[in-house]
Amino acid sequence: MRIKLTVNGAENTLEVEPRTTLLDCLRDHLGLKGAHAGCEHGVCGACTVLFDGVAVRSCLMFAPQAEGTPITTIEGVTPGPGELSPLQDAFCETHGLQCGYCTPAMILVAHALLADNPNPTRDDIVEAISGNLCRCTGYAQIVEAIALAADRIRGSNRPSELRK
Amino acid sequence: MSAGHHRFVSTDRRVREDRRFVAGKGRFVADIDLPNTKHVALVTCPYPAARMISIDKRAALAMPGVHYVLDGRELAAATLPLMTGLDTPNVPRRPLAVDTARYSGEWVAAVVADTRALAEDAAEEIDIRYEPLPFVLDAEQAIEPGAVLVHEAHGSNVLLDRTFVWGEVEKDFAASPRRLSLRVKWGRSSTVPIETFGVVASWDPWRDVLDVYASIQMPKYPEQIAMALRLPASAVRVHYDVDVGGSYGVKRGIKHSVLVAYLTRRLGFPVRLVEDRLENMRGGDAHGPERLFDVDVAFDDSGIVRSMKMRALENVGAYAGRSPFQLGKPIGAIVGPYKIKSVQYRAIAAVTNKTTQDAVRGFGQAPTNLALERMMDEVGNVLGLDPLELRRRNMIQHEEFPYTIPSGTTYDSGDYHTVVDKVVAHTSYHEIKAERDRLRAEGKLAGIGVAACLEPSGGNASFEPLLNPKNATTTWMDSCRIDVDLTAAITATMHTSSAGQGHETLVATVIGEVVGRDPDSIRVVRANSLNSLPSNSPVGSRMAIMLGGAAFHAAHKLKAKLAAIGAHDLGIPAEHAVYEQGNVYDRAAPDKRRTWEELVAIAHRNFHRLPEGFEPGLAVAHVYQVPTGGTLPTADGRVQMYPCFSFEFHLLLLSIDPDLGTPRIVRYRLGHDCGTVINPKIVRGMTMGGIAHGIGAALYEEFAYNEDGQLIAQTFMDYLLPSSHEVPAVEIIHHETPSPHTVLGQKGSGESGYLGAPAAVANAINDAIRPLGISINTLPLNVSKLGDLIAEARARKGN
Amino acid sequence: MKAAPFEYSRVANVDEACAMLASDESARVIAGGQTLVPMMAMRLARPTRLIDINRIIELSYIRSDGDAISIGATTRQCLVERDALIAANLPLLARALPFVGHAATRARGTIGGSLANADPAAELPLIAITLDAVLAYRVGGRTEEIAARDFYIGPMTTSLPSDAILTSVQLPIWLGKVGVGFYEVNARRSDFAFVAAAAQVELNDDGRCKRIAIGVGAATDFPIRLVNTEEQLKGSALDAATVKGAVIEALADVTPLSDLHASAEYRRRVAVSLATRAVADARSDALGKKLHAN
Repeated sequence: MRIKLTVNGAENTLEVEPRTTLLDCLRDHLGLKGAHAGCEHGVCGACTVLFDGVAVRSCLMFAPQAEGTPITTIEGVTPGPGELSPLQDAFCETHGLQCGYCTPAMILVAHALLADNPNPTRDDIVEAISGNLCRCTGYAQIVEAIALAADRIRGSNRPSELRK
Repeated sequence: MSAGHHRFVSTDRRVREDRRFVAGKGRFVADIDLPNTKHVALVTCPYPAARMISIDKRAALAMPGVHYVLDGRELAAATLPLMTGLDTPNVPRRPLAVDTARYSGEWVAAVVADTRALAEDAAEEIDIRYEPLPFVLDAEQAIEPGAVLVHEAHGSNVLLDRTFVWGEVEKDFAASPRRLSLRVKWGRSSTVPIETFGVVASWDPWRDVLDVYASIQMPKYPEQIAMALRLPASAVRVHYDVDVGGSYGVKRGIKHSVLVAYLTRRLGFPVRLVEDRLENMRGGDAHGPERLFDVDVAFDDSGIVRSMKMRALENVGAYAGRSPFQLGKPIGAIVGPYKIKSVQYRAIAAVTNKTTQDAVRGFGQAPTNLALERMMDEVGNVLGLDPLELRRRNMIQHEEFPYTIPSGTTYDSGDYHTVVDKVVAHTSYHEIKAERDRLRAEGKLAGIGVAACLEPSGGNASFEPLLNPKNATTTWMDSCRIDVDLTAAITATMHTSSAGQGHETLVATVIGEVVGRDPDSIRVVRANSLNSLPSNSPVGSRMAIMLGGAAFHAAHKLKAKLAAIGAHDLGIPAEHAVYEQGNVYDRAAPDKRRTWEELVAIAHRNFHRLPEGFEPGLAVAHVYQVPTGGTLPTADGRVQMYPCFSFEFHLLLLSIDPDLGTPRIVRYRLGHDCGTVINPKIVRGMTMGGIAHGIGAALYEEFAYNEDGQLIAQTFMDYLLPSSHEVPAVEIIHHETPSPHTVLGQKGSGESGYLGAPAAVANAINDAIRPLGISINTLPLNVSKLGDLIAEARARKGN
Repeated sequence: MKAAPFEYSRVANVDEACAMLASDESARVIAGGQTLVPMMAMRLARPTRLIDINRIIELSYIRSDGDAISIGATTRQCLVERDALIAANLPLLARALPFVGHAATRARGTIGGSLANADPAAELPLIAITLDAVLAYRVGGRTEEIAARDFYIGPMTTSLPSDAILTSVQLPIWLGKVGVGFYEVNARRSDFAFVAAAAQVELNDDGRCKRIAIGVGAATDFPIRLVNTEEQLKGSALDAATVKGAVIEALADVTPLSDLHASAEYRRRVAVSLATRAVADARSDALGKKLHAN
């Protein structure tokens, strides 16, 4: 069937089988490889994308269901070629990743968290990422990355005379 | 952690690989789109053992978009069995079962179609008639006389049964006033990366080359594919620049790779098999150790452990993967950090009708360490000795290194007592005990768990000749090449894929350190197997040592070459030339110098200015032999297993809700010594990840089977990986005891979190439930098992 | 792990959906899809048509009906979780919602979807049963109502007619000195519960129990109300020993589930512990006291 998807601000008209998940559609039809298949049954979170700004599992939605709602993938939060968002940079700073497979999803979840709560506690961060499994890091450096990014974003949004 | 005299090594530098991953620009195998690629789905056997009477492919082949259905007979006729390490020719392992399937989930046919979804549709249409056969699931039952045979032609279910005696075991037992026995079980669990295994293969009939892209972590991978296909390895080009989405040992993928390699040669288009989670969990290389230990220990009244007898029975599953060897590696640290004078070790590997195991982080060391550390706790317990004190009395002293253990391995270096002291000094042990007692007063069950562990590192595969006399492997080299181009930029080449270990950062840091150039200016690329130097992949906690060692030596060759060119061009004796950050000057007249750019230009352009006999250009390479490697085991089974031994000391406080059986880790403190730390961010991440993985093995993760031989934990709903909620904050206390065998004093660090955490958790649980008069030595311990055990004990005690 | 092929239909109103459902035996309704899609991916469910009701605007609402709150079937769980009306009037539901899956699944998962899916371990059916919810559905052009206690008949099984669509759930508001308690045990914090317990009490001015509802989930084929216990506890001071005794009695003859993760004995025992704790929390809550930490 023919569907229209709005992904990272661009509208795309696509021909898909109804059974195509949003995840497969993003990867195979739109070439957006940053969303990853981990379990394809909604547990690991590696396929997370932002659906109208909210983190959802793209393996748990069929592509036709996603019509009409803006979708943001990791490619959409990357400011430009070779440029990193404050969150992406913070993940690099703390080394909040190893193999990188769960990482785009973690960063999107963190984006959603910080949009909602610019000043999260450690517990808030732990809760926010608890639906995303990472096998490499034991999560510590991920939590630190998100806390660091929150701190930096708050700092940069403060009036300049009040910045440290 | 101090950088000491280093400019880059041990400094808190970023990990260069991270940039691409945070942008979603990693290049994982599922991201590779070769034109006209077709997709494989697998048909699996629904029975734990069955004979296949017929396979009807017609309906599947009639479906539009379906290209081929491959069965085991066709594949077996065209390929050789997969390489297994043991000398067990009657236990052949093949990608697809031939006539008989031996575990539920074993692959019996492969469908090739335009899309993965279509391939799955067609897989459902393949009609296979089975005759279910009797089966055996339990390793103890499997080795009983008269047991159902998994491989009839082999004549028994025992793949390996070897007893080693190192030292005067019987004499030491007889002379010891005290003994105890315990049985310890390590449940079937594994590493379960978030990315499943995948491989894309493409045969080019005009160049006679098979291109392979895979999420692989397997030594001798191209050669193994080539041998199975009866090709020279020069016809197999494995691309090592595929990012691997986690592995920690399991991504061996030979059967997948041989399967798709055959299909692409047969069909003429690229073929891709990316496991889905069910294929991965049921029949991929997903499973890990399932081991039963019977331990007898002899000790004296002061708690000095004199001798140990350990019998380890491994349930390897239906075929021999890397698993039987996982009984071998622990021989290299069979006494842990303790001075146990003599050891008897019996290693038995049994086949059963379960999924075949493959290599897992630590290569068998984590289960063995659980047995050892439970043993130490029980010794302390019967003597009423504090577990910390007991360990201190038995640990090898700093001044006793290098220290040779009964099984023939010499530990390189260590300072165990200092690490333990640092851990308890950090916050006093008394304080943690007081906290435990407060929790107990609140009605909780609370326990302190300690566990030491050694991480044998720098893997050299000595377990292969040890367990298979036909195998005389004594090297397990790794390599690095450095090129400096005409623009004076450095490119280093590594020869394996990585799964998040930061190897590019490692190589750049080490080379930058040696040649005095900024690591950020050094490009690191990955070869393919046709233009690469020998590598054995990142197994056995070896890359800091082996790839780091290769990079170090290659960099020194480069440095020496530049110094010689400089001296020659300056017209000074070689011993007067000083190399500093890429420039060369005359010690006697520092103004007389050649810059990095000038030296490189000479090498590339001015043959007339090169010392006699020098090759033009600037290319160096080093193939690095494992330090201390190179010798075969002795007849009585003594061997230098790995060169270096990292040390960790885990200390944790855990509380259990006595009504619910729910454990909670209240505090976790870790002493960590992996010698010189090359990149602190990487080492910390590996350590934390290992602990999380170990907590999973202790409390959550098990490939559980039901009585019908069906794997019932086959999805992420039932095989439970720890989430951020389940992993506590961990305080890591560092110590550095450099290894004398490695180029910078580094040791391995990818495993020890996982090697120590399960034992520490088990010991804490036992400390918590000891007041109820019970103990437990079986992992994993889920809340129901723990809750039921506590309830029974409380009922007996009448509360 | 790809779903078998199906046709996809997006419907604009409930009756259209009902008609489609009635005309096609192997059609299924998809709401949030957080359970259905993985079942389809594993081909454990294979509808030939999916009727997507997510765009039916009239099914997404949270509304006060005076003495009850009505929630439309396709209202996302995350909206209910954050809703002020719910927090003020249905504190037990508000307490339980964070335990439903993960934030990412609550973002898509719907109230009606979870109620109709009838997983024995799901929190929302437990709350519906505990609070005497009334479910409404459309079938054949009519709207019918059914009490939650009659709705659940087995694991993953309800009495909803096969051509009906659940449209809303109505939960009564308790007034007065009301307190709630909710507990569950699972391996990881966001997994399905092995056992869950919910309690809501209303106290008299003297602190004695005026009214109480206790439910236990995940232990049996579908959530149960401890009706006899409630009767025994009415008028009592809800002291720990009395509560525990009454709960033990109520759970003595249930047949708990047993599976990979928890034994039947575990479930029975822990159901007692959690129900007792939930009642204690509810009482403390009603008295305005600080809650125990979970």
